[in-house]
Amino acid sequence: MQPVIAVESVSKSFGAVTAVNGVTLDVRPNECLALLGPSGCGKTTLLRLIAGLEAADRGRILIDGADMTHAAPYARPVNMMFQSYALFPHMSVADNVAFGLKQDGVKGDALKARVQDALAAVEMEALAQRMPAQLSGGQKQRAALARCLAKRPRALLLDEPMAALDKHLRERTQFELMALRKRLGIAFVVVTHDQSEAMAMADRVAVMDAGHVLQVAAPREMYERPASRRVAQFFGDINVWSAVVGLAPGTVDIPDLRLAVRIPAALPSAGSPLSVALRPERIAIARDPAPMGDCSVSGTIEDAVYLGMTCTYFVTLSSGAVVRVTAQNGEGAQTFSRGDAVHLSWRPAALTVLAA
Amino acid sequence: MNAAARRRAVLTLPWLWTALFFLLPFAVVLKISFAESQLSIPPYTALFERVDGVIVGLRATLANYRMVFTDSLYVTAYFSSLKIAAIATLLTLLLGYPMAYGIARAPASHRVLLLVLVMLPFWTSFLVRIYAWIGLLRPTGIINAALESLGFIDAPLALLNTPGAVYLGIVYAYLPFMVLPLYARLERLDPALLEAAADLGAKPWRAFLHVTLPLSRPGIAAGCLLVFIPAVGEFVIPELLGGPDTLMIGKVLWNEFFSNRDWPLSAAITVVLLMVLVTPIALLQLAQSRTLRRA
Amino acid sequence: MRRPSGTTIALIAGLAFLYVPLAVVIGYSFNASKLVTVWTGFSFTWYGALLADEQILNAARNSLIVAFTSATLAAVLGTMAGYAFARFGRFRGRNLLAGSIAAPLVMPDVMTGLSLLLLFVALEQTFAWLPGRGLITIIIAHAGFAMAYVTVIVRARLIGMERDIEEAAADLGAKPMTVFFGITLPMIRPAVMAGWLLSFVLSLDDLVIASFVSGPQSTTLPMVVFSSIRLGVSPKINALAAILIIVTLVLLALAAWMSRGALRMRPAK
Repeated sequence: MQPVIAVESVSKSFGAVTAVNGVTLDVRPNECLALLGPSGCGKTTLLRLIAGLEAADRGRILIDGADMTHAAPYARPVNMMFQSYALFPHMSVADNVAFGLKQDGVKGDALKARVQDALAAVEMEALAQRMPAQLSGGQKQRAALARCLAKRPRALLLDEPMAALDKHLRERTQFELMALRKRLGIAFVVVTHDQSEAMAMADRVAVMDAGHVLQVAAPREMYERPASRRVAQFFGDINVWSAVVGLAPGTVDIPDLRLAVRIPAALPSAGSPLSVALRPERIAIARDPAPMGDCSVSGTIEDAVYLGMTCTYFVTLSSGAVVRVTAQNGEGAQTFSRGDAVHLSWRPAALTVLAA
Repeated sequence: MNAAARRRAVLTLPWLWTALFFLLPFAVVLKISFAESQLSIPPYTALFERVDGVIVGLRATLANYRMVFTDSLYVTAYFSSLKIAAIATLLTLLLGYPMAYGIARAPASHRVLLLVLVMLPFWTSFLVRIYAWIGLLRPTGIINAALESLGFIDAPLALLNTPGAVYLGIVYAYLPFMVLPLYARLERLDPALLEAAADLGAKPWRAFLHVTLPLSRPGIAAGCLLVFIPAVGEFVIPELLGGPDTLMIGKVLWNEFFSNRDWPLSAAITVVLLMVLVTPIALLQLAQSRTLRRA
Repeated sequence: MRRPSGTTIALIAGLAFLYVPLAVVIGYSFNASKLVTVWTGFSFTWYGALLADEQILNAARNSLIVAFTSATLAAVLGTMAGYAFARFGRFRGRNLLAGSIAAPLVMPDVMTGLSLLLLFVALEQTFAWLPGRGLITIIIAHAGFAMAYVTVIVRARLIGMERDIEEAAADLGAKPMTVFFGITLPMIRPAVMAGWLLSFVLSLDDLVIASFVSGPQSTTLPMVVFSSIRLGVSPKINALAAILIIVTLVLLALAAWMSRGALRMRPAK
């Protein structure tokens, strides 16, 4: 299946700063791809390169198989929703939506109909004659969305779509946006720095750091099998320990835990350094020792943070290492406080082996 | 058309215009400043001697510059202009700073109105504003008439055609140029800084001295330069409000040009004036490009 | 009641200092007496005399022609230059161009006037361009320094304007010309109009530069006013001054009213 957008070894520098460094990435038809990373990682630059608002120093950008590396932004069949929405302040919502269509020479009744359709898709028909300054944040976002969708782009590029919205609006908007995408069947590329937003919206996530794409995977795979320590740490909370491959076949020594565990995965030769990662919610916490078969350590609660649905505990082990544990709050759930002696346990399969 | 060609197209007209009507005139002034005055049209000698259109010789003289640098009239006029402009600038700052401060600290809803009130006179005719002061200051003017009728004075005071009137005129005419950059600076000053200073034990005047004043320095610099530079070359104010002994280079230049019709000497005066002002103008450019970059 | 602070007093005193002289001029323009300081009664005599003065009317017409043309020229040139400075980043000669455009803002008028006159004379001698000088040379001179103001205003507006609005237009398929005339220009219109108005007023006001570059037949209003002021205060000039003050105020009020719509359009931040 031909990708809608193919980014091939693209680099872009601003002066001495390399914002995007040899990135290769495909956007598949109808998928939502999230570009996730800390600010300054190059994700917005990558989006602007796809839109044609920046010129690539090296590499190629193909849209529907056609080389668009040097095409002007107005000649590319993709549209961008800006972080600020960039609505034209001197035009009504309807005129904003019509703007892009007029550039394509759409006129008369066809123009009216397509503006109407686009506004209907985002439920903004009633506000068509409003000026942008008279809209709320959520309405502005929908107007900007309608303006892009009216052009029926091959892909929609969204730069931090939720950044300008109030927190309570975000979750609902994410959901609406995804429902709209499925209905229209076009590809989305979403730039975000928010891991939960990426997980909620995206079919696949590309984690970026310092101009590189570190890993591209579905959210679940990314969460459960991060490719590297960096990805693991960026994508949700995680405990990461240094470890070495043990002398007994299939075992790993973790000095911080004073533990040797059997790991059901292919391992390098004995004595090789590596990292072992464990999600905090995969750890069971209890006053009593764990049943046989699970990995188990004991320690003291250093700090307990109540977060409503869950509690997060920081448990100090005898080695001095601190383990982060997340426990569900619920009926009959045990709670602990600072100074309590506890036992932590998990199944060996919950451990992820990473390169050192 | 690609981006580079578009840029060139946009820039062509401004470039042509400034080259033809700003840079070229200075070259012409420079050229004529080396010529000699003569009774002809135009009233100066050609710099290049031509025979049948071929340049055969160069006739340049430094006599005009010798005159400007040695004749006490011109030397005194330059120094007196700088002195008058400097004192007037200081006076404008002393009046303008509290005004700008007052506007910046006024309730936000009043600020625009106050600013407009300060700027409005700048939009009305400069000549009319100077003229208004003649009506007030002259021996039979309003001020003298009022003082006389109140019995403070027996004979009219000489207010018009004095150095004081010139200072007054400059302060009056250029006040908005001082207030605006000062206001722009003071308005951006975070009131929390003064609250922090007070919280840390600084009395109001100390907080002003150590927080407000240093932070408004760029505004002070810009305001002073905006007043000082044009004031040095001012012609209308010394001509109308000053006396016969008020010596300013703008007035000297005007007379040299219109009354004595000595174009080469006028050109030399202009070149030297430019040399005098080139440093403050460069400083102003620097200050403004910095402000813009920060904005 | 709160004791007024020092800055409040300075503000009030400063504003009084700015306005009292103007108020006096306007007041005395309605004085019936020929003696400027003695009030004898309310009258429009001097306005009538003003309207009958051929020389003044002719000069006023010249001034309006010059102001209108030079302001329009300056608005076009200044918008181009302001756009270039705000949107082109670095380009060759940027500092030289910026300095050359901005210098007339502060350069003493006598310098600008003399250098332009010498240029015009040289052009006439060498190429027979602009023979005899006239309104056209004043228009060129005024457009030059007014362009500086327009450039500064337009540049400041463009720098304050988010670039992504123009990028959005390009992204939606608008070619550069369409982006400029459809998006950029409407958004900076208040700035361009303010620049035009300022240029108009400054041109109407200029004495020194016009005195240097004008031809023998092209007397402008400030030149007439200046020669009468030199002869002393006269009630007719009071009336003219009052008209000039009031016309400016009306123009400004108009501009403020027009830009209200523009302000409403501005995106809420």
